[in-house]
Amino acid sequence: MANPPLAMLAELTHRCPLSCPYCSNPTELLAKDTELSTDQWRDIFQQAADLGVLQLHLSGGEPASRTDIIELVVAAREAGLYTNLITSGIGLTPKRLEALDKAGLDHVQLSLQGVTAAMADRIGGYKGGFDRKMHVADHIARIGFPLTLNAVMHRANLDDLPATIDMALRLGARRIEIACVQFQGWALTNRSALQPSRAQVDAAKRVVKDAIERLKGDLVIDFVPPDYYSDFPKACMNGWGSTGLNVTPDGTVLPCHAAATIPHLTFEKATDRPLAEIWNDGPAFNAYRGTDWLPDLCQSCERRDIDFGGCRCQAMAVLGDASATDPVCRKSAGRAVLDNLLAQEETPTIDVPDYVYRKL
Amino acid sequence: MIHPSDIPTLPRGVRTHFDTVRKTDVLLGPERVLMLDQIGSAVLSRVDGAQSVSVISADLAAVYDAPQDVIEPDVIAYLQDLADKRLLDVRHG
Repeated sequence: MANPPLAMLAELTHRCPLSCPYCSNPTELLAKDTELSTDQWRDIFQQAADLGVLQLHLSGGEPASRTDIIELVVAAREAGLYTNLITSGIGLTPKRLEALDKAGLDHVQLSLQGVTAAMADRIGGYKGGFDRKMHVADHIARIGFPLTLNAVMHRANLDDLPATIDMALRLGARRIEIACVQFQGWALTNRSALQPSRAQVDAAKRVVKDAIERLKGDLVIDFVPPDYYSDFPKACMNGWGSTGLNVTPDGTVLPCHAAATIPHLTFEKATDRPLAEIWNDGPAFNAYRGTDWLPDLCQSCERRDIDFGGCRCQAMAVLGDASATDPVCRKSAGRAVLDNLLAQEETPTIDVPDYVYRKL
Repeated sequence: MIHPSDIPTLPRGVRTHFDTVRKTDVLLGPERVLMLDQIGSAVLSRVDGAQSVSVISADLAAVYDAPQDVIEPDVIAYLQDLADKRLLDVRHG
């Protein structure tokens, strides 16, 4: 039996008023009529808690687009789960926020597209969105929800990192996630427009290092670097099928949010099979669980149990082979492919293409 | 730095929880799960927003039959680490 998972990401809906060009949802979005009902989610939350999940992340799309979001938070807390709402803030009226407070919501993670209305509304593709988000942030602070600011960073806004950290402090956030775009889903489609330059990345790393030291005890800073510039891959999901799982709006259970990009995997639905069976015995979870399946390069590497060969979806996206070493790794033959892409994309003199915005 | 007279408290969004699957106490916070060992559980079960660090340490010293001046620095180090991660608030007593 596999170790039980700690966290579950529930993508309640793919609907969202924003259309960010780096959305981590798949490029083929699910329509409203495929979404699970309140009762189906309630059952899945209870199964998740029984399986060992401690933390539930209610996400989307925009989870506030679900009219039953309050009931879903009540259900999650009744199941005993630590409940986090990952939201753009759009659709959260003061009245709904107060109802979420009463429902026992533990934590709010508010996304940030930019520190100015001009930037944020351009990235989100939604005029007036930034002002509404700031209004929501005021009410989050008034109610007293613990807040994480989730700042998604890329070529167009990475230079605003100091102002982004200042904004987290101003909004009273306890934590900021500086999440440089990872190239899956819509972000992969827009990679050349989103890829930061090496100079930007180097500057950002200095800003982060300084801020972590300076703000210790005031603001927790988690930094997700742009991994094309890293020497070694990220330990994606802390190891496939080891820590977390993802449920899509129609109940499909995935080992990570991008796993559906791996065409040969077979996924099951929580409405068809008990969640515990899917976690323990599901073919998609067992495909890359543990380290036995790793290629020789990783098997013999001292980092085998640190990064588990990196990200399967990235190996798929860049090399067309989900069981290859993540091409971020300096030791991998695939690194040359990534370096070629970077050489083409990071040149600041070329014209940056327009964004392809996400749409249903 | 945390002083013996300070009063620690768990802020909103940080709570202890008994994990019935793993049969252990855990501390849950934003994007954080800490599995608590016996000492962690003993300290955090006494963090109630009323007792100071020195009161907590004295209680632990009595229960575990150890000198308070040995226990107190360990309690402070443990709580300071949580405070640095914003999993604990401290009121100066």
